[in-house]
Amino acid sequence: MASVALGADDVAEAFARTGAEVIRTGSHGLFRIEPLAEVDTADGRIAYGPVAPDEVGAVLDGSHANRLGRLADLPFFASQQRFTFARCGVIDPLDLDDYAAHGGWVGLAAARALSPAAVVATVKDSGLRGRGGAGFPTGIKWQTVLDTQAAEKFIVCNADEGDSGTFADRMLMEGDPYCLIEGMAIAAHAVGAAHGYVYIRSEYPFAVATMREAIVRSAARIAPFTLEVRVGAGAYVCGEETALLDSIEGKRGQVRAKPPLPAIAGLFGKPTVINNVLSLAAVPFILANGPAAYAAVGFGRSRGTMPIQLAGNVRNGGLYEVGFGITLGELVDEIGGGTESGRPVRAVQVGGPLGAYFPPSMFHLPFDYESFTTAGGLIGHAGITVFDDSVDMAKMARFAMEFCAVESCGKCTPCRIGSTRGVETVDRIIAGDRIDDNIEILRDLCDTMKFGSLCALGGFTPYPVLSALDHFPEDFGGATALPVAAE
Amino acid sequence: MAGVADGRGVLLPLLHALQDEFGYIDDALVPHVAEALNLSRADVHGVVTFYHDFRRQPAGRHVIKLCRAESCQARGGRAIERAAVERLGVAMGSTSADGRVTLEPVYCLGLCATGPNALVDGVPVSRIDGARLDRLAAQVAA
Repeated sequence: MASVALGADDVAEAFARTGAEVIRTGSHGLFRIEPLAEVDTADGRIAYGPVAPDEVGAVLDGSHANRLGRLADLPFFASQQRFTFARCGVIDPLDLDDYAAHGGWVGLAAARALSPAAVVATVKDSGLRGRGGAGFPTGIKWQTVLDTQAAEKFIVCNADEGDSGTFADRMLMEGDPYCLIEGMAIAAHAVGAAHGYVYIRSEYPFAVATMREAIVRSAARIAPFTLEVRVGAGAYVCGEETALLDSIEGKRGQVRAKPPLPAIAGLFGKPTVINNVLSLAAVPFILANGPAAYAAVGFGRSRGTMPIQLAGNVRNGGLYEVGFGITLGELVDEIGGGTESGRPVRAVQVGGPLGAYFPPSMFHLPFDYESFTTAGGLIGHAGITVFDDSVDMAKMARFAMEFCAVESCGKCTPCRIGSTRGVETVDRIIAGDRIDDNIEILRDLCDTMKFGSLCALGGFTPYPVLSALDHFPEDFGGATALPVAAE
Repeated sequence: MAGVADGRGVLLPLLHALQDEFGYIDDALVPHVAEALNLSRADVHGVVTFYHDFRRQPAGRHVIKLCRAESCQARGGRAIERAAVERLGVAMGSTSADGRVTLEPVYCLGLCATGPNALVDGVPVSRIDGARLDRLAAQVAA
């Protein structure tokens, strides 16, 4: 979708007119070089990008100025550990033979040779934690579903990737859909589920189309397990797992109180594995290569790799899959290459609209679940949005509250009312009205939302608001108000 | 209703299908949907009004969904939003008086490294600047 948004359809058409055989792949994940074309040669696949439609002749005769050589040799790709995204950008996404030729279905075959309990044990041993944000151990979730007796169980994939700054789920579904399907089939074998749903947000029309076609083509491969796609309808809160279940059931996407956990009483009241796209897509690698190969990479209690998404005002924006433990500064300054505008980095928001803003003075933070929690933030779905020094952090705090007010499901008062009061309070601060008093009210409001909300939407909105206040107080009137008062 | 294998929870797929067919979900359809699925009218009304995607009035002939989320803001999205409102002569979240164009906010299209982004009649467009906005405006004026 990203390369199409940058004109890839026109480039593909221009190549087709020359009589060349054109294969459309997903994205490799470095958007600065999109639309990207790779030409099969005796020396391997030679990449060119960005390419305009009137430049295809120069690509074919090798004279194009944007010749990049083999992508694997570029530092951006050479320094990655691609466990989950190994095939993305490489294969024809819907070609079953291409998928099999690149290691597809090995994990499923390995899983089906094991007992359900042994598959669950393998996932536990890998140390895999939920890649959607909360970081809950995937194997323990599966164990609960396996241990719960029921005539019917479900596998649900949460593909409602609504966080700004994240696009890994979209890229995987568009670029390597069978990887997700294989992961879901393994989960189904592990817990004894017969049917599964992929809930995809409506903002991702290409992912919806690709997944639907991939499910049809791979039906025989995953049988007796069956799958279908359900499409969201523009509600951010449906990314919360219980709201998502209500949405699949055909209801308003409102959050359910827990307990009961979805693993015990989930979709239609039945035991349900609900995992993010990246969690499920990590599973084929783990089954194919063994849990030790996965657990060997990582940092502390965060094992394996994380597909990190560099977004916003960043030079090398894209997807960068690497083991946990790389620092925030390495990601932003070295891998990301700093801002695209060329101005200094002022703030980065990690973990989507509910994640904290960090200043460059905190760039030493290692990228793992525990370090970010300790620093008053979260890694969430691993989106990093970079802002240069033109950003107004009071406005970003206001936006966080406004977003919560627009997207609140309305079920609990702290989120529904608190976010609207939050917008009003930040407005008063911006207007210079009793700044200190209103900052105190805002902090109190954040406290109520954090501890009183039913789910992460109301509960985590305080992260961006409080981190903006704590790390960038000069944007909230205090610093400029003082000299004026001293005059 | 293609793609719905399981008979349960079909209200959202049905509403999507109705909107794809008619462009919006007319209030007059709500009792029929309720009856067909053995739901109350209140249930169906509640779902139609909960989700941002479902329209109760027809949209303009062209629909521009402009991203308002943080990553696009970091890339100048606010200025593009102001320019789009001025250039198209229509407020965010409304349809022009001549029914030509609807301008709506969207919160993230997953194109966060190449913003500001829009979905124009379902087609994604990245790196929107003044020149590209002019082309989009000309496209929807046709």
